[in-house]
Amino acid sequence: MTAPLHDTSAAETAAVDVAAGVPAKAIEGRSPWRIAWIRLKRDKVALSGGVVVLLLILVAIFAPLIVSVFGHPPNEFHEETIDPLFSTPKGDWGGISGDFLFGVEPGNGRDVFSRVVYGARISLLVAFLSAVVAVVVGTVVGIVAGYFGGWVDAVISRVMDLLLAFPQLLFIIALVSVVPNSLWGMSGSGVRMAVLIVVIGFFGWPYVGRIVRGQTLSLREREYVEAARSLGAGQLYILFRELLPNLVAPITVYATLMIPTNVLTEAALSFLGAGVKPPTASWGQMLSKAVSTYESDPMFMIIPGLAIFITVLAFNLFGDGVRDALDPKGSR
Amino acid sequence: MFAYIVRRLIAVIVMLLVVTLVTFGIFFAIPKLTGADPAALYVGKQADPATIEGIRQKLGLGEPILVQFWDFVTGIFAGRDYTGGGTTVRCDAPCFGYSFRNEQPIWPVLQDRLPVTLSLAAGACVLWLLGGVTTGIVSALKRGSVWDRAAMTIALSGVSLPIYFTGLLSLAIFSYGLGWVNGEYVEFAVDPAAWFGGLILPWVTLAFLYAAMYARLTRATMLEILGEDYIRTARAKGLREPVVIGKHAMRSTMTPILTILGMDLGALVGGAILTETTFNLPGLGQAAVKAISDRDLPLILGVTLIAAAAVVVANLVVDLLYAVIDPRVRLS
Repeated sequence: MTAPLHDTSAAETAAVDVAAGVPAKAIEGRSPWRIAWIRLKRDKVALSGGVVVLLLILVAIFAPLIVSVFGHPPNEFHEETIDPLFSTPKGDWGGISGDFLFGVEPGNGRDVFSRVVYGARISLLVAFLSAVVAVVVGTVVGIVAGYFGGWVDAVISRVMDLLLAFPQLLFIIALVSVVPNSLWGMSGSGVRMAVLIVVIGFFGWPYVGRIVRGQTLSLREREYVEAARSLGAGQLYILFRELLPNLVAPITVYATLMIPTNVLTEAALSFLGAGVKPPTASWGQMLSKAVSTYESDPMFMIIPGLAIFITVLAFNLFGDGVRDALDPKGSR
Repeated sequence: MFAYIVRRLIAVIVMLLVVTLVTFGIFFAIPKLTGADPAALYVGKQADPATIEGIRQKLGLGEPILVQFWDFVTGIFAGRDYTGGGTTVRCDAPCFGYSFRNEQPIWPVLQDRLPVTLSLAAGACVLWLLGGVTTGIVSALKRGSVWDRAAMTIALSGVSLPIYFTGLLSLAIFSYGLGWVNGEYVEFAVDPAAWFGGLILPWVTLAFLYAAMYARLTRATMLEILGEDYIRTARAKGLREPVVIGKHAMRSTMTPILTILGMDLGALVGGAILTETTFNLPGLGQAAVKAISDRDLPLILGVTLIAAAAVVVANLVVDLLYAVIDPRVRLS
């Protein structure tokens, strides 16, 4: 894509060239985004991934409503559903019934359905926002490194190498563990979530930064950049009005594929006890509890596991589709 | 070639120093920002003020950060004495710090834990390379076939499954349900058969995740390379298909795989946390998680350093291997 995205003239010219041989059919200019959308609509697998993603987002947004209709409050104990002798749920399949759709938590009888629904909020919120942090930082830093080159590039590239060499998971847990419970006027799970978002985003930006830098390196030699410069455009104008629009496609692809990774990271951190604090529900935390109960109550392990699996798979399918759709080498 | 290696080695050392300094800085700065007493973090909750003061003197916590850093680095080569509060603790070279929580130097702990993590990583690596690369090549050669679609569906599911879920699932089925393996780690030197039996589930589970990634990567790379001119040339001059694939195509397919392999293997030293936690393997990752929950900062620092060293060294080895595998790469 050599043409800036806000300007469809190049795509139109191409369409005219092709259409010249074909007699009198309506000439339609198609922007790269339109072409991508048409391709994406044809990709049934990616679309179904996208639909699942949309559903998950709706579930996360309307969690209180869904739970008030189909479940019990997520932190309400139902000890009457628990076998007092083994502290496992009464009934087969982890206590699944019309009343408790996904069964109950061993030990205290909390409604697994409600906790999974509320867990979606934490999972998606952390994954999205940390991807935003990573994309914003990575784009700005990568574009600056690629465009200015020289020592700026050298310093930024070394910093990215350094961050990539860090044992990330280990480091994130260590960081989370030394951050106090109340900070910046927030307390409890709010602090943990803010820290998770910042830290996951912080370790994610070098991946975006490397890609953006590489692309910028090749784009800055293009004629349109030279043209802008010869017309007296300032550095910032060239960076953000000329270069950035042409980087939107690779950045979009990377961002969509980053979200599932972040979902997994958040779940992993919660699994290791460095995620949001109980009693706030999260999928990783449920699995971490399941480590000690899976032998007597496997359902309590399977349900949050499937929740993570479905979420990550849906995002991956959708992300793969977006990548294929935005690939300029792909067929129309 | 020699000059290149020397230059890279210097870069490796600088990188490790910076990693240490950053880790140091974070544990130095965060208590400051949050108003906690760093010395109190190094000892148990019930420590009396005199003990805390002793620790402060022993670690030189009153000194500027660069002095503390220098003491740490020289300790690695020369060993060091921690003096303060009327007692002296000796830590022999290589001294990677001293845990005042458990009253032991860090290095022997690392030495204890490293073989477990290496056993896990090495075994899993063999499995995932065999499985992933073979699957990827066959899928690329039979593109669009039932095999290809099935393999790629499984691979995409594989990368979407968190290891602590597949791990618990496999423990529930093969260990608890069928009783085929019991998941106790035994040292190789003590009983090789039991070592194998204790690691087989973690190997397979970990390898499944990576095999999925490698299959996707191998397939994509192979497809790209099969479209190259030199493959057509090889076929045109009458080479048999196994030679074209095995000798010509494989060689360039290996380059990106090797890059990722180096990064993954290096990252596994500090990143096997989840596998080790799920299967209760006494490796570095597990030590780190325990250290984090105990707030044993010196041990966290030690593991971080070893893990970062593994990443950096693995990357160096990969870069050197490039020259062997890919004739287009010349080191300079």
